[in-house]
Amino acid sequence: MTSSDPVLEIRDLRVAFHGPRRSLRGGRTITQAVDGVSLDIQPQEILALVGESGSGKSTVARCVLGLVQPQEGTITYEGRALGPIDKRPAELQRAVQMVFQDPGSSLNPRMTVGSIIREAWKVHPAVAPSGERREAMRELLAAVGLDEGVAARRPTALSGGQRQRVSIARALALRPRLLVCDEAVSALDVSVQSQILRLLVELQRTRELSILFITHDLAVVRQIADRVAVMRKGELVESTTAEQLFTNPTHRYTQGLLRAAYDLEGAVEVTFEEAREQIS
Amino acid sequence: MTEKPLSTVAASGSPASGAGAAPAPGAPLLQVEDLEVVLSTGSVTGRVIDGVSFGVGAGRTTGLIGESGSGKTMSAMSIVRLLPDGAETSGRIVWRSQNLLDAPRRRIREVRGREIGVIFQDPLAALNPIQPIGKQVGEILRRGGMARQDVHARVLELLGRAGIPDPEQRVDVYPHELSGGLRQRVMIAMALAGEPQLIIADEPTTALDVTTQARILRLLADLRHQEGLAMLLVSHDLRVMAHVADEVVVMYAGRVAERGPAREVLERPRHPYTRALANNVPAVSTKTAIAEPLQGAPANPFDRPSGCAFHPRCPLAVERCRTEKPELREVEPGRFSACHRATEVAP
Repeated sequence: MTSSDPVLEIRDLRVAFHGPRRSLRGGRTITQAVDGVSLDIQPQEILALVGESGSGKSTVARCVLGLVQPQEGTITYEGRALGPIDKRPAELQRAVQMVFQDPGSSLNPRMTVGSIIREAWKVHPAVAPSGERREAMRELLAAVGLDEGVAARRPTALSGGQRQRVSIARALALRPRLLVCDEAVSALDVSVQSQILRLLVELQRTRELSILFITHDLAVVRQIADRVAVMRKGELVESTTAEQLFTNPTHRYTQGLLRAAYDLEGAVEVTFEEAREQIS
Repeated sequence: MTEKPLSTVAASGSPASGAGAAPAPGAPLLQVEDLEVVLSTGSVTGRVIDGVSFGVGAGRTTGLIGESGSGKTMSAMSIVRLLPDGAETSGRIVWRSQNLLDAPRRRIREVRGREIGVIFQDPLAALNPIQPIGKQVGEILRRGGMARQDVHARVLELLGRAGIPDPEQRVDVYPHELSGGLRQRVMIAMALAGEPQLIIADEPTTALDVTTQARILRLLADLRHQEGLAMLLVSHDLRVMAHVADEVVVMYAGRVAERGPAREVLERPRHPYTRALANNVPAVSTKTAIAEPLQGAPANPFDRPSGCAFHPRCPLAVERCRTEKPELREVEPGRFSACHRATEVAP
C-alpha cells in the first residue's frame, strides 16, 4: 500500500431507522438516516463532516465506530472491512477511537481518571505492558496537558476543559490512527475551546493521526479542516478541500449555509431561507 | 446602532408608573443594582454573585455574556426569583419603581409570566411532555383570567406571532412531535402570552442548529422592533450578542468585568477578559489561526482568586491585580471596565 491510499474508505453507506408505529395496524415509518454516502479519509488528514441536526453526520460516525450497522455499503480501514465493534479484530478496535461531545456524561463519575485510562489497557494489554503503565500514564497525561496528579482524581472534580483532555487521553491510550470527534468542542467555554482545538491539531501532527471531525460550527471547520464534506438529509451534497468550500462552494445548500453564517464583526445575519432565495 | 448609553447610568427618574403605559424607548425599564447572591451547597458557602449592576432600557436588548460559573444565568433568574433553594439575595432589582427583592411572593408570581416573560434554554425540559402545546399556552391565558371562549383564538394568534406555521394544524401536537426550533417557538409563544414588557431569554439558541438559530434570532429581533419588547438575553455566544444586543454586560466569576454598547465592547474591548473572548471567536469569512488560548479554566465563584478574579489568567496582570479588587469605572463615555489596566487593553 502506498502512503497516498486512504486510511478509511466509506462506500455507498445506507442506514435506515424504523420509527414508532403510528397505530396498532399501521406500519412503521422508515427514516433513511444515511442514503448512499461515500467518503475517503487520507492519512494525517482532518476531514470535517458538517450538516444540520438530522443530516446523518453522527450516524456516519457511529457506523465508522461500529456502533451502528449499515444496511448497505462498506467501510474499510487500510483495506480491511470494519464490521460491528464486537466483531472487529483487536488491532482494528484500537485503530479507531472516539472523542465525545460532553465529557461530563461520557466519563464514568465513579472512577478516577487513572482507572478510566487503565481500563482501556486491560482490554488491550499489548498496548502498554503492565510494567510500563506508570510511565505510559505519565506520558499520556503530559501529552494532553494534564498533571500526573489528575490520575487520582475523579472527572467531577475537574473543569470542562480538563475533562475533555481526559477523554482525549482515553482515546489516545490505545494509540489509534483515526480519531472520530463528534462535536468535541461544542460544549466547551469559548476560552477553553481554543485550548482543545490547539491540542487536537498538535496531536494530529505529532501522533500522525487522521481525524474525522463532526461539527455544525463552520468557523471552527475553517480553522482546522483540510477537507470538508457537507451532509443534508442523509446525502452528501458537497465534498472538497476546505479552501475550495469556503471560497467557492458549488452546491446551493452549501452556499446557503455559508451566507447564513455570520462573524463577530461585519454584516448582520441573513436567514438561511433568505440566503437561498438570493442565490437562486 | 446604539444611540443611547447604558440605561443604568442615565437613570434619573423612575420608569413609567401606569401599568399599561410603555416607557419611552431607551428609558430604564429594569435596573439591577449591586446584586449579591449567597449560595450554600453542602459544606461550601459562597457569594456567587458579587455586586452586579446593569439595566435594560424599554424596547432595548441587554446581553449578559459569560462562561460557565460566571453567574450570568443566576443574575438573570434573580429578577424573577428563580434561584436554587437557600439562595440569599441582597441589593436592588427595580422594576416599575418597585424593588422586587422586597416584594411579596404573590407579587413576584404576578410579574413572572405576565410582566416579564421567561424563555429557557431547553424547551423540551421546560414544556410539559404529556400536554398538547396549545393547551399549555392556553393555560397561561386562563390563569391570567381570560374567558374560556376567547382562549382558543388567542392561542392560535400567539403561536402565529411566534412564527409557527399553520397553528391550526399544530395546536394539538405534543412537544416531542416538534423540531427543536418549533419547540423554542412554543416557549416564545408562552412567554408572549402575558403581554410582557420584558423577556428574559436564557441561551435561547444554544441547543439549536446554526440555520435554526438565525431564524429564532430574527424572530426575537422582529418582536423587539414591531412590539417594542425589551429583552435580557443570556448567552455565551459572542456572535449572537454582537448582532442582537444593544448593550452587553460581560461577567466573570460572579462580577461584572465590562459593560457598554455591544459592538463597541466586542470590537474594542476595555477588559483583557473580553478581549480574550473576542479573540477566541473563529471567523467563517476568512481563515483565522486558532487563537492564543487563555491559560487555565474559568474561576470558581465559590473560591474566587484574590484581587481581580481574572488575574491568574490575565496576560496584563501586575502585583496590584493580585491584591486590590478593581471597581467598575467609566473608562470612556458609556464604557465601563473593572480593570486596573483598562486603558492599556489593546485589541
